Amino acid sequence: MRRYLEIYAIMFRNSLIREMNFKTNFLLWILVEALWFMGQIVFIEVIFQYVNQIGDWTKWEVILLIGTHQLISQVFQAFFYLNIVNIPELVRTGRMDFMMLLPMDTQFAISTRQFGLDSVINAGVSVAIIGLALAKLGLRPTAGQVALYTAAVGVGITIHYSIMFLLTTFSFWIVRAQGLVYGYYNIFNIARYPDSIFRQAPVIKFVFSWVIPVILVANVPARVLVHADSGSIGWRLAQMVSAALIILTVTRCVWRVALSRYTSASS
Amino acid sequence: MLLKYRKVFNIGLQNTFVYRWNFLLRSLFGLVPLAGTVLIWRAIFAGTGESVGTYDYHGMIWYFLMVILVDNLVTPTEDEWQIAADIREGQISAFMIKPLNYLGYRFALFVSYRLVYTLVTVLPLGLAFFWFREVIVLPKALATWPIFFLSAAMSACISFLISYTLALAAFWILEISTIVFILFSFEYFLSGQTFPLDIMPGWFQAILQWLPFPYELFFPVQVFLERVEGAALWRGLAIQAGWVAITYGISQLVWRRGIRRYQAVGG
Repeated sequence: MRRYLEIYAIMFRNSLIREMNFKTNFLLWILVEALWFMGQIVFIEVIFQYVNQIGDWTKWEVILLIGTHQLISQVFQAFFYLNIVNIPELVRTGRMDFMMLLPMDTQFAISTRQFGLDSVINAGVSVAIIGLALAKLGLRPTAGQVALYTAAVGVGITIHYSIMFLLTTFSFWIVRAQGLVYGYYNIFNIARYPDSIFRQAPVIKFVFSWVIPVILVANVPARVLVHADSGSIGWRLAQMVSAALIILTVTRCVWRVALSRYTSASS
Repeated sequence: MLLKYRKVFNIGLQNTFVYRWNFLLRSLFGLVPLAGTVLIWRAIFAGTGESVGTYDYHGMIWYFLMVILVDNLVTPTEDEWQIAADIREGQISAFMIKPLNYLGYRFALFVSYRLVYTLVTVLPLGLAFFWFREVIVLPKALATWPIFFLSAAMSACISFLISYTLALAAFWILEISTIVFILFSFEYFLSGQTFPLDIMPGWFQAILQWLPFPYELFFPVQVFLERVEGAALWRGLAIQAGWVAITYGISQLVWRRGIRRYQAVGG
C-alpha cells in the first residue's frame, strides 16, 4: 500500500510538470467545462420557469444535485479519465507490454499515469455552486452529514471509474473503440436527473440502479443533504455501496479476462 | 468535374461501412439520453399539468425524436479530427498537386459518412419511433417536405463548414480539441439539442435568430413540425442561406491564410 502511494506521488508530480508546459490549453479546458456546467444550469433555470417542482425536487435542490454530479465527475476526471481514455491506444500500439512488465498491478499502473489539474479547479467551482444552493435552501448540514456526503461522493467516483473502465476494457476486443468516450457521456447524461423521474419507468430504473448504477451516483449523496428527514437515506446508502461493489467486481473480472486475451502488436 | 467527387463519395461509403458496428453501438448509446429526456419532460408536464410554451407532452417528445433524426443527418462527428490530422501529419500536401479541391473532397466524404451513419442507425431509431408512434404527426402541407429537405441540406452545409473552418486552426496550433469542444458546447445548448429554443425568453430568441446555431438543427426541425410558417419561414430560410454563404466565405479565407503558413511537416 505504501509503495503504491509513493508511486502515485511521483506520477502526480510528473503530470503537474507536463500540464504547466501548456498553460493556454490548460486554461481553455477550464473554460470548456465551465461552459458545459453553465449550460446545464441555464437548462434548469428555463425548466423552472414552467414548473415549481420535479417530483419532490425544487429548483435549488436540483442545482445542488447537478453540482454534486459535476463534483463527482470532475474528481473522477482529475484522477482517472485521461488514463482510461488512453487504454485503447496502449492496446492498439502494443505499448501495453511495458505496463504489464512493471512490478505492480497493471490496472493500477494504467489507471494512474496522468493527473488532470484543470479538473480540480472545476471541482472547486462545483463545490462553490453546492454551497450557494445550500445557502439558497437555508440548509446548514451537520458535521455528520458532511462526512456522509463526502463518503457517498467517494462511492460515486468509484461507480464512474468502474463503468468507464468496463467500457474501455472492451477495446481489447474491438481495437478501434473510439465510441467509448461518446458512450461514457451518453450513459452519464441521465446521472444528473432527479431520481424521482424514473419512478414511472421501473425497467429503466432497475437497469440504471443495479446493472449500470448511474442514477445513484449523484442522487444518493445529494439526498444526504436535502430531504434528510425522509428517513430512507440509510437504505439508499446501502443500495449505493452494494451497487458500487457489484460493478467494481464485474469490472475487475472482465479486466482479468481481457488481459489474458491481450496479444500485443507489431513486434 | 463532378465525377471525381462522386468517386471520393464512393470511397467514403466503402471506408465508413467498416465502422458499421461502431455506428450501431453509438446510436444504441444515444438512446440512453433519449430515455432521460422523455422521462424528465414527462415529470415536468406532470408538474405543470398543461403546456410548456407552445408544446404539449406529445409535441415535446416528437420534437426530440426529430432532433435526433436531423442530427444524425447533418451533424459532422469525426470530420474535424480527421481534417486536423491531415494538416498536422502533412497529408494535405497531396491535395496541392492533385486537381482536387480539399473542401470538395472533405465535403464528399462528409456526405457519404452521414449517409452510412443514418442508414445504420435506422434500426435503433426506428425502434424509438415505433415505441413513441402515437406522438408522430407528419406535415399536413405537401410543400413542407421539399422545404424541410432544403433547410436540412443547408443545416448540413453550415455545420460542416463551421467544423471545417475550426479544424483549419490546426495550421496554427497543434491541439484543436479545446476549441472544438467550446464549439460543441455552444452547439449543444443553442442549436436546440437540449431543449426547444422557443421556450426561452423572447429577448433571448431575438438575439439567437441572428446566430448560426439555431440554423444547424432547430430551424429545419421547426420547418418539419410546421411550427414556423408564412413570412417567418421565408425569413428563416433567407437567414439560413446567408449563413451558408458567410461560413463558406470564412472557410475560403481561413484556408488561403492557412495554406500560406503551411510547412508540410513530415512530407
